[in-house]
Amino acid sequence: MAADSRADALRRELAAGREYRGLDRIDGPLVFVKRTHPVGYRELVEVVDAEGRVRLGMVLDTSEDLVVAQVFEGTQSLTLPGSKVRFRGAPLTVGATRRMLGRTFDGLGRPRDGGPAPLPDAVNDVNGRPVNPVAREYPRDFIQTGISAIDGMNTLIRGQKLPIFSGNGLPHNELAAQIARQARLRDGGSDFAVVFAAMGVKHDVARFFERSFEESGVLDKVALFLSLADDPSIERIVTPRVALTVAEHLAFDLDMHVLVVMTDMANYCEALREISTARGEIPSRKGYPGYLYSDLAELYERSGMIRGRPGSITQLPILTMPNDDISHPIPDLTGYITEGQIVLDRSMFGRGVYPPVAGLPSLSRLMKDGIGEGMTREDHPRLAAQLFASYSKVKDVRDLAAVIGEDELAPLDRKYLEFGEFFERRFVTQARDEDRDVERTLALGWEALGLLPREELRRVTEADLEAHWVEREAEEGA
Amino acid sequence: MATGERAIGRVRRVNGPVVEAAGVADARMLELVRVGEAALVGEVIKLSGDRAVIQVYEDTTGVRPGEPVVGTGMPLSVELGPGLVGTIYDGIQRPLEALRASGGDFIGRGMSAPALDRGRRWHFTPSLAVGADVVPGAVLGTVPETARVEHRVLAPPDVSGRLSWAAREGEYGVEDVVAVVETSAGERRISMLQRWPIRTPRPAGRRLPASVPLVTGQRVVDTLFPLARGGTVAIPGGFGTGKTMTQHAVAKWCDADLIVYVGCGERGNEMTDVLTEFPKLVDPRTGRSLMERTILIANTSNMPVSAREASVYTGAALAEYYRDMGYHVAVMADSTSRWAEALRELSGRMEEMPAEEGFPAYLATRIASFYERAGSMETLGGSEGSVSIIGAVSPPGGDFSEPVTQHTRRFVRAFWALDRQLANARHYPSISWLDSYSEYADEVRPWWEERVGPGWTADRAEMVGLLRKEVRLLQVAKLVGSDALPDSQRFVIEVCSLFKDAFLRQDAFDEVDRYTSPEKQARMLALVLLYWRRGSLAIKKGATFVELRRVKAVRDIVSARYAIAEGDDKAFDRVAARLERAIDDLEGDYGR
Repeated sequence: MAADSRADALRRELAAGREYRGLDRIDGPLVFVKRTHPVGYRELVEVVDAEGRVRLGMVLDTSEDLVVAQVFEGTQSLTLPGSKVRFRGAPLTVGATRRMLGRTFDGLGRPRDGGPAPLPDAVNDVNGRPVNPVAREYPRDFIQTGISAIDGMNTLIRGQKLPIFSGNGLPHNELAAQIARQARLRDGGSDFAVVFAAMGVKHDVARFFERSFEESGVLDKVALFLSLADDPSIERIVTPRVALTVAEHLAFDLDMHVLVVMTDMANYCEALREISTARGEIPSRKGYPGYLYSDLAELYERSGMIRGRPGSITQLPILTMPNDDISHPIPDLTGYITEGQIVLDRSMFGRGVYPPVAGLPSLSRLMKDGIGEGMTREDHPRLAAQLFASYSKVKDVRDLAAVIGEDELAPLDRKYLEFGEFFERRFVTQARDEDRDVERTLALGWEALGLLPREELRRVTEADLEAHWVEREAEEGA
Repeated sequence: MATGERAIGRVRRVNGPVVEAAGVADARMLELVRVGEAALVGEVIKLSGDRAVIQVYEDTTGVRPGEPVVGTGMPLSVELGPGLVGTIYDGIQRPLEALRASGGDFIGRGMSAPALDRGRRWHFTPSLAVGADVVPGAVLGTVPETARVEHRVLAPPDVSGRLSWAAREGEYGVEDVVAVVETSAGERRISMLQRWPIRTPRPAGRRLPASVPLVTGQRVVDTLFPLARGGTVAIPGGFGTGKTMTQHAVAKWCDADLIVYVGCGERGNEMTDVLTEFPKLVDPRTGRSLMERTILIANTSNMPVSAREASVYTGAALAEYYRDMGYHVAVMADSTSRWAEALRELSGRMEEMPAEEGFPAYLATRIASFYERAGSMETLGGSEGSVSIIGAVSPPGGDFSEPVTQHTRRFVRAFWALDRQLANARHYPSISWLDSYSEYADEVRPWWEERVGPGWTADRAEMVGLLRKEVRLLQVAKLVGSDALPDSQRFVIEVCSLFKDAFLRQDAFDEVDRYTSPEKQARMLALVLLYWRRGSLAIKKGATFVELRRVKAVRDIVSARYAIAEGDDKAFDRVAARLERAIDDLEGDYGR
């Protein structure tokens, strides 16, 4: 057996050095090679073009007579006879180290800032491995972001995956940057890092984040992985995996608290669709492959905490919903995997509300365990529930007001309108550099409820009302 | 090499979880195989000439053409025996705690561990004397599996004859022989460990009518849309509407003897939540930890897709095994949509002709055969047991017209539709009282009347009628404003809104509110109806809607769900008296 495996290892080594001249077929991002040695599924591929430039790729389908591989850096200007192919005998790996913080890399993890490649401390398969569910630690540490709409209503928890569902032109980047700047635990500092993965976004978006990190003086805590809009689209499939592999090393080997910002997931999914179409796979909805859910889960599930390891990965993926449609497969499948979502609303943005966090469709699933006594404040869960319940009535009243006119509204309905205004203008709205502590957020929430009559407040207790509630009239012009 | 293990071919092609083998001579359909040098677990799903298509239950990264495929001679099976309860498995019944102990925090390829701990000793007590007749399903002996589950060692379904030897009371491992049965085909040595193929339903006697409700302690369910023991229900809902929360609540508080919770393609943290929370929670009926009656099957969304496909069958097989012991078992499958998507993915990789939305044409048959494994049964051994199936459905975009929801609807008898609007207003459980239904409502009525009194049927009907009326009134109010409605109609809306806040809404995290007994449910319902009946009379006498709203006792009705403890009838009497007095006073003002 031992001799066998040694011979086997030797064979593999020889095979890894073997080079095949000429491709059989090129179709979109895919290359087809016939008559190879046995090549492993998901093995790393190097395609050398006529100019000698090496492009990386991955095996998608392997059989005795044909190997199909996707080329991350695109197939542009490759020729059938002029290309050479090498199979590396192992999946794509990335070298991870703490020294990657403060540096900028391309979508495949190679330095983009002109510096030398840092010496890795760990070399890991970019595909990662699923965390054993019994090894997970349930996340319950409250992160204060200083943003009322999040802290008060959709609390972020350390180790959570909480995406921002946005649309083109909405301030999702500003919000993500503000969260990254202001996020902190209530009990003070700890060893943190930010890993930023850009997929198909414009140069100025990358620049915006860089500047924002620079201004807040944390750039040396940030590792940037940029696969920008003018980089080959297929590279985007690997970029988040490279970034998450580095994040896993920082979090689970070096005990750091890592915030991973990934933008824009819509571009990632489109690259996936491109490959699926090129392979002639049977599509499910809107041409996206049937495995889109599983594929996204492979990324999003690489977050959280592990028992016995102090570090954590908190994910903040950003996705622009095509046509602002939340039922589009990308936000839809994402919502089924992530632990809630922050939804940005175009009409609120139009009315000048920043951050335009939609009150009702936004949700944090882990909120229930991270707030309340000992974490934020005892009344927080019920206050949030009451705000949600009352705010959900505001929409009905606004619809009614549109039909019969505001003047015709009953006094109670009018109070709901005033409550809605206050909630959006004073509770949700804040400046882009305003860092509110959670006490201030809760106080504003109670102020909003003060506009409603006592008997409307059924989700809070008598004791809450005694302690925090003061009936008030709406201020003029508020 | 164990018996039956033999090389059956070599890998020809690898396409994700689907592997094609060539040079196959004697593979069997649905045979369990080991693929490649890493010995990955797989199952033969198609045979054609010398080719076999295998679905592999682990990540196939690195598998190459030419690697060996080894057959085991067995179908994909579960191990049955003491030690299942309280354990967490993956989709193909690998114990996750043991995998962590041997392989670390991440799941690697080719890892394995026996489902039942071979080293553990169990206290076995024989139930039959030597010489006794043994029928299939007969109880041969018992083992205290957990403090609340007595494990009954059963004669396998194909064994009947005379007991020729029985182990004495004492400590045994699961593989030790504990009984020998003289059958017509010779001697059968029986241990506590038995195997059963997951895709084959375990045989049982006749089906029994579903007339006893599975009491869940969730008011909207028990009172409006009850589930019967041995029944089936689907919970469809878009993301964020609380499918998992509802499943968890039912798993925690329903009065089943055993829970099999299948986390199929869902979040890792949700399983962790169950794992950390259940051991701490105490069953209101037995006073024991909830983990002592729970089996978890976790195949999270980032674990291999094909194991997701197997996980619901694994869950069903385990549930049937305990049913055969005479237990009432509830299976939670969260989510069946992920299972259907796994079917679609595998079907696509096999290049089968798709039907609707890329799903294979056999989707409906598969869904039907899964839900048909539910039922209240007379067991082979002569006792009664049941398997209830509660399946979550995750329709894309929250659109119930998609294939999985539609087909599921055909094969379940109750439907708890989750509503986006309710969830947005944080009204949980967000089970819509308009779109949901239960065909068991009539069948469990006698049970309810016997338990809480004959008035229950009328009360329930009156409340359902009010909710229907409210829908129409709200439509009008939307156009003209609720002010334009007469007080009697505004009061209908008010009572329904009270019913939603005081009864339908339930806080899963409040110590008292999270579980409500049938008796308390009946009293709460009666309280709301008292307000309705007395209030509408008062309006006739001239009281106004606004005055009725301001009645202080209304707040007591709202808080009854968490402020009044189980069994505190006096407290209910007090609230009712206060309410009556307040309305008496109101009427008094107008009676002059």
